Amino acid sequence: MLITCPYCGPRDVIEFTYQGDGNRERPDPASQNFEAWNAYVYDRLNPAGDHNEIWQHSGGCRAHLRVVRNTLTHEISSVAFVRGEHTSTPRRKAEGKS
Amino acid sequence: MMAEYSAFSLLANALKGNKDWKPAWRKPDPKASYDVIIIGGGGHGLATAYYLAKEHGITNVAVLEKGWLGSGNVGRNTTAVRSNYLLPANTRFYEHSMKLWENLSHELNYNVMFSQRGCLNLAHTPAQFDDYARRGNAMRHLGVDAELMTPAQIKRLIPALDISDSARFPVVGGLMQRRAGTARHDAVAWGYARGADRRGVDIIENCEVTGFLRDGDRVTGVSTSRGDIRAKKVAVAVAGSTGRVMQLAGIETMPIESHVLQAFVTESLKPFIDTVVTFGMGHFYMSQSDKGGLVYGGDLDGYNSYAQRGNLPIVDEVMSEMLALFPGLARVRMLRSWGGVCDMSMDGSPIITTGPLPGMYLNCGWCYGGFKATPASGWCFAWTIAKDQPHDFNAPFTLDRFHRGLVIDDKGQGANPRLH
Repeated sequence: MLITCPYCGPRDVIEFTYQGDGNRERPDPASQNFEAWNAYVYDRLNPAGDHNEIWQHSGGCRAHLRVVRNTLTHEISSVAFVRGEHTSTPRRKAEGKS
Repeated sequence: MMAEYSAFSLLANALKGNKDWKPAWRKPDPKASYDVIIIGGGGHGLATAYYLAKEHGITNVAVLEKGWLGSGNVGRNTTAVRSNYLLPANTRFYEHSMKLWENLSHELNYNVMFSQRGCLNLAHTPAQFDDYARRGNAMRHLGVDAELMTPAQIKRLIPALDISDSARFPVVGGLMQRRAGTARHDAVAWGYARGADRRGVDIIENCEVTGFLRDGDRVTGVSTSRGDIRAKKVAVAVAGSTGRVMQLAGIETMPIESHVLQAFVTESLKPFIDTVVTFGMGHFYMSQSDKGGLVYGGDLDGYNSYAQRGNLPIVDEVMSEMLALFPGLARVRMLRSWGGVCDMSMDGSPIITTGPLPGMYLNCGWCYGGFKATPASGWCFAWTIAKDQPHDFNAPFTLDRFHRGLVIDDKGQGANPRLH
């Protein structure tokens, strides 16, 4: 299985660390919503087909990657950086503008 | 007349060119309705059907199998049987299974070749040895056999094992369960299938479930590739396909991930190892089949998969672990490798329960260890289906334990779908 890192190019799966299901939403650390925490820790979609998952290129550039991979064929249809997903305007860029 | 096996029938059929063997179970067409439908014709589904008929007198039962009988994990595992767990819920359940194994060939009148050759867990650090002593004591406390072994005793038992100080991970001792062993996995499926069939259970192969029939919340049957079939009770025992089947019932998430686990067999050797041995510094286990091939496996590939085939990095890892223990096997050729899809639960323990929908019963979460559980899994699941409540043996194995803080985490490692 090859994963095409957007920074390093196609690399063998042995360079990557699987970090699991990318569909989970971690509740706010201060949240006391047990349902939401339970769902985050235990519940999985576990699809047979395209699966949205997180890998880290731990033996390469160390970037965290959002990968869409088919769990029936191991075919990878997209790889993107996770960074930048949570803040639409990165802080440094915002500071540069001001 | 269905198949019976004896020395005489073997000889007679051999002389007649093996043309007159009778099938061991019927190939019926599905009826319009049953008392119980069991989805999944693997070891657990077939054992459930057998014990439903035998222990509870419920014989109007269909087992639906999407492929051929035993095409899933019951024919893909490394055949080890053991009950060497730490936590009481697991120990009691797997020890019940062990007791059923000890009488299984007699019970089914079918030779499952259960061989109590022992299972030895190797310890490579003093701390690990202490941990094994604790687990051994926990087992003995519940009446399960366990004994600690010294390196010298281990060397006598397994001469080919490298126990020298220069080994990559020197062996400091081990935990042995003498009553553990191996069984012929296909024979388990066939024996249960024949036993269930003779009590009136319909085993329907090439019949894939494509949806559930519902009356409000209640499950009232299944749609299949061979038409709709109604049932008072629908039981799900589909191991690695649990997520897929439960999604057909509208259950979107489960505390389970499906992962691929590979296994390997070498060319046949003369008698080399007469026990099951496991490596303590990685994940590796090996035994020798009656044909002489070394049967071994290691860790999961580590990512979600339904593919029944794995990738090369884990092949490399498993071979390295084998050579760390047995340097003398370096030039033995690997004959075959294959993969099975494991239903990895979030605490490493199974689920055998009523629900989660009315009219539905669920058996899943077997992780690596479903084969050794086959008799007790079927026995407890049949009890649960027949009586609409769990037996004491499977009462802790609920689906909602994850949301109630009652996980059965034998490894003490926290939520992780990649445990034992």
